[in-house]
Amino acid sequence: MKRFLPPILTIFALVALNVLLPRVMNPYYFQVLMLIGINVVLAVSLNLVNGFTGQFSIGHAGFMAVGAYASAMFTLKIGAPFAASLTGVPLPVAQGIALLMALVAGGLLAAGAGWLVGLPSLRLRGDYLAIVTLGFGEIIRVVILNVNAIGGARGLPGIPPYATFFWVFGVVAIVIGLARNLAHSTHGRALFAIRDDEIAAEALGVDTTKYKVLAFVLGAFFAGVAGGLFAHFLSYLNPSSFTFIKSIEVIAMVVLGGMGSISGSVMAAIVLTLLPEVLRSVKDFRMVIYALMLIVLMITRPQGLMGTRELDLGALFGRKKAKVVS
Amino acid sequence: MTTPLLHLDKITMQFGGLKAVSEVDYAIHKGELVGLIGPNGAGKTTVFNCITGVYTPTQGKVMFEGRQISGMKANRIACGGITRTFQNIRLFSRLTCLDNVAVAAHPHHKAGLASAILQTPAFEADEKALKAQAFEMLDVLGLADYADQPATSLAYGQQRRLEIARALAGKPRLLLLDEPAAGLNPQESEELMTLITGIRKRFELTILLIEHDMKVVMGICERIAVLDYGVKIAEGTPVEIRSNPKVIEAYLGEEMPA
Ligand SMILES: Nc1ncnc2c1ncn2[C@@H]1O[C@H](COP(=O)(O)OP(=O)(O)OP(=O)(O)O)[C@@H](O)[C@H]1O
Ligand SMILES: [Mg+2]
Repeated sequence: MKRFLPPILTIFALVALNVLLPRVMNPYYFQVLMLIGINVVLAVSLNLVNGFTGQFSIGHAGFMAVGAYASAMFTLKIGAPFAASLTGVPLPVAQGIALLMALVAGGLLAAGAGWLVGLPSLRLRGDYLAIVTLGFGEIIRVVILNVNAIGGARGLPGIPPYATFFWVFGVVAIVIGLARNLAHSTHGRALFAIRDDEIAAEALGVDTTKYKVLAFVLGAFFAGVAGGLFAHFLSYLNPSSFTFIKSIEVIAMVVLGGMGSISGSVMAAIVLTLLPEVLRSVKDFRMVIYALMLIVLMITRPQGLMGTRELDLGALFGRKKAKVVS
Repeated sequence: MTTPLLHLDKITMQFGGLKAVSEVDYAIHKGELVGLIGPNGAGKTTVFNCITGVYTPTQGKVMFEGRQISGMKANRIACGGITRTFQNIRLFSRLTCLDNVAVAAHPHHKAGLASAILQTPAFEADEKALKAQAFEMLDVLGLADYADQPATSLAYGQQRRLEIARALAGKPRLLLLDEPAAGLNPQESEELMTLITGIRKRFELTILLIEHDMKVVMGICERIAVLDYGVKIAEGTPVEIRSNPKVIEAYLGEEMPA
């Protein structure tokens, strides 16, 4: 059963690194690594909407916030007591189960929000989605600011740090695998067709509304899961983590990587997470240089690092030529 | 009398103050190859848009195989057996030729999303069948060599043929071709005529064709309808249309060779 081999190998690698990395890695570097993982999940999930399907969502941070707060509250109220009640089960397993439940809960709530936001706005062609998602992101942030039960402006502390390397990069592997398999299927082609010419896609029998909503809800789900990982990694949530700027940051990753390219999104997420850290030494000029580098990159490579192509690992080892997937 | 395959039942399409199509009544029977001609802006493409669900006629209705299709969503109409090509080529520019055609074969393959994401053997088999079918259509249109090329790398005439391959992959019973010969040189138009009559026979199609190239229209159509300012001014065989004074005045002009 050849097709089960990669997932099994991935799980083994994740377990091994999960034990090893926190012991040998400088805690600061480890934190950056984890944030890279979370940003990869955000970028690839937004790529499903903005890159694959050609819809312009600018409220990804809103879905991330929904997932973050929902999963954090789930763990605080249900997950943590449940994990504690699982006597006889090894602690990492009990906490893992609790985290998994919280991530699914956060993801589902974000997906539900995505459905509510997406269905009315995606029926229409054009730029409605941008406006609606922009509004959504702001509404979510303001609501969180004003609900005391989830910490309001003070933030939400004390979230159990269940999100280990295994879970963050397990989700990274899942979202990349899902996006890749989707891209190579008839459903992925339907999304690409909508991106390239919505009218032609519809005239050829593609249910454009269904597929746009599907991509959007999937994107929202994984944004929610990324939010859940973020919450259970930092142990603390604050509404200021989910501003419009965060949405723009994720869009920058998708555009910089190349709309529709999964490996491009991954690379751009890595670069754009590292860049501000590397630039810490130049203090005040940090964000200026960051912005300048973005501008220079987009002028020199307007199609993004990868265009719509994928990095083909096989090609690196001379097995076959890199090919156009989309 | 049998029910026509397609019946335009007094359709009118009004854009603000402009009646682009005005009470057009027209019936097409199974197996026919009919033409729709008329001067620029006469409303021909608008008729196609009304049939394929891009627009819903403001008055009248479109019947296909005895059922009303006007008002249905465009993708439902396509799945129901009517596909088309576009006057201004509308290919999926960032997809390969094969994938362009595969998109159109999509409604006939029901592998679910979950099986696609998990890449189950059933999905793989379905995907293979779909690609094979798409490849066959490319082959029919003589584009098999370009399967893996991006659609935009094709020459103009080939792009027109790719549009036809794509429309065929949707397994239509009625095929609508909007100016397939536009921009082709005389030799290419000649080949196109053979091709259209060929696919019609092979796939047992009914074809409605918009075309300005009179050699093509008169050469292959059995019946022709003429639009002028949204109104159907004539209908008949090529011979009748060629000698119809109203058509000559509105469209063909004096020096149309007999
Ligand atoms: N969506 C629309 N809104 C407003 N007017 C429109 C619309 N679509 C078409 N028209 C107008 O309707 C008229 C008929 O247009 P149509 O494209 O159907 O003509 P046509 O017969 O296909 O012409 P051609 O031979 O140039 O392709 C034109 O005057 C056009 O400007
Ligand atoms: Mg036209």
